[in-house]
Amino acid sequence: MGEPTAAQSAQEFEKVLAQSSTQVASFDTHDKTAVQKIQHFLHSTPAAIPFIVLIAAIVIFGLAIGSRFFSSYTLTLILQQIAIVGILGAAQTLVILTAGIDLSIGVIMVFSAVIMGNFAVTYGLPAPIAILAGFGVGGACGFINGFLVSRLKLPPFIVTLGTWYVIMSTNFIFSANATIREADVTAVTSMLHVFGISFKVGSAVFTLGVVMMVLLVLGLLYALNHTAWGRHLYAVGDDPEAAKLSGIRVDRVLLGAYTLAGLIASLAAWVSIGRNGSISPSAAVTDYNLQAITAAVIGGISLFGGRGSILGTLIGAMIVGVVSMGLNMLGADPQWKVFLTGVLIITAVAVDQWIRKVAG
Amino acid sequence: MASEPILTARGLVKRYGRVTALDNADFDLYPGEILAVIGDNGAGKSTLIKAISGAVAPDEGEIRLEGETVNFRSPIEARRAGIETVYQNLALSPALSIADNMFLGREIRKPGVLGSVFRKLDRSAMEKFARNKLSELGLMTIQNINQAVETLSGGQRQGVAVARAAAFGSKVIILDEPTAALGVKESRKVLELILDVRSRGLPIVLISHNMPHVFEVSDRIHVHRLGRRLCVINPKEHTMSDAVAFMTGAKEPPREALAA
Repeated sequence: MGEPTAAQSAQEFEKVLAQSSTQVASFDTHDKTAVQKIQHFLHSTPAAIPFIVLIAAIVIFGLAIGSRFFSSYTLTLILQQIAIVGILGAAQTLVILTAGIDLSIGVIMVFSAVIMGNFAVTYGLPAPIAILAGFGVGGACGFINGFLVSRLKLPPFIVTLGTWYVIMSTNFIFSANATIREADVTAVTSMLHVFGISFKVGSAVFTLGVVMMVLLVLGLLYALNHTAWGRHLYAVGDDPEAAKLSGIRVDRVLLGAYTLAGLIASLAAWVSIGRNGSISPSAAVTDYNLQAITAAVIGGISLFGGRGSILGTLIGAMIVGVVSMGLNMLGADPQWKVFLTGVLIITAVAVDQWIRKVAG
Repeated sequence: MASEPILTARGLVKRYGRVTALDNADFDLYPGEILAVIGDNGAGKSTLIKAISGAVAPDEGEIRLEGETVNFRSPIEARRAGIETVYQNLALSPALSIADNMFLGREIRKPGVLGSVFRKLDRSAMEKFARNKLSELGLMTIQNINQAVETLSGGQRQGVAVARAAAFGSKVIILDEPTAALGVKESRKVLELILDVRSRGLPIVLISHNMPHVFEVSDRIHVHRLGRRLCVINPKEHTMSDAVAFMTGAKEPPREALAA
């Protein structure tokens, strides 16, 4: 075996390379235009855009409405209103990061709440068991989604469209569409309403549901960025083939993501009981899943997977909350909120596409 | 080649429906060598490499690593046994950083409670290791180890993939078409990397369609044809046109090469 050095054995036509620029692999970080710099910054800080939009929305409505809007009472009221969608959005984010989608997340939440309520009130079981049953059902629904997606390799959209209908109808059949009144729940236990408990900091009012939402998002933020599980979730959504060849158990990651999403939906169910007081199976017709997707998308989570920060989802939910509250206080037709949400979604996806084109 | 081969395959058969991709294929890799594998499209090179790297389970035949029979059911098992593969598509995750990519699937956790309970990754240790490996291979022109892989050029990505294989591969490194998508300069860089890896004593399997590159760096050339090893030739004794002629069936290989 000879020891050919690169210089000796280089091809004839490559001889000229010796005189060429040696900076072949270095980075041009200096000669970028301002737009490119912004694009690069946004690329590395995915939650920045929604954050700017949120601040802008608060400032605009603050100027238009005045101190009535710009009070800690109103701003914390917005937080209370978005707690459920924020938590559901966090669940949805996990699934979207794997390049999937979970259309059933909203009905999983409603069904899980119905289970909790019926177990505690109708069957008279202790509240902790009723809550565990709710989580069990939520987790099981998520597991079924995950199983169908990861093992049977069915498209997530189709799988969760199917389970959406199945779970919604099961919810109605199981409960006979009977609402459980708040007083009936209160008579049995206070535990189901625990997330409705509020406390004041000055004029700001927080509920435990809001605290839960923030803790959940911070917990997931840590897990996604600082554990191998989180990195694998991003890698699977980014390029499943590459993830697989790198030794990641792609099917397990997917199964875990959908199951965890189901469990988080159960948490949202618990929080929703605290907020609403009563438990109504007919809430299943509300477009919670679409609201959760909206929060994630406005928050900059890429529907193509692998990109975005869960912090963005929280901010996305806040944007919708601020816009809706602001228009409300201005006395605008509520349809304008829906209109603006649509515009925001399309803008967010357009910006996502632009950021993805980052080069150098 | 006095020493024993480090990696051998005997009588590998792999059928996909009615297509026989591998038809009693043999393979030998000796310690410290660069073995090029060439063959026409559809000759079964890829399937051979996939069988060795664990991506495909052969229907028949035997693979031995350092004399021990191995049955890889996944690339992960092959990797654990010390065989690292750089796939043509590189198997890098574009949105993740260079350091995250190098450790994808084998992350290091913080020591103590932070690691065992909170599963916290030891970013600084991984970054340090990645930086060391990249600079060992002369790739330190990459300034920021935390930059996303998608912001790198093709050659740099290839460099990261090769560095990852060299850093973790303890026995064999397989490179599938490492220069296929690269320009002249970047190809040169990657070829230098390959020679550099060999000088550390790691044997390399190089799959390539680029005859000049194959003849420049390889010690032996395995010619694959119609699902089996046709012959093994010495690049110093044969010309590129010989190799192409054997590979395409235009010319019969010499008897002594067939026996190899």
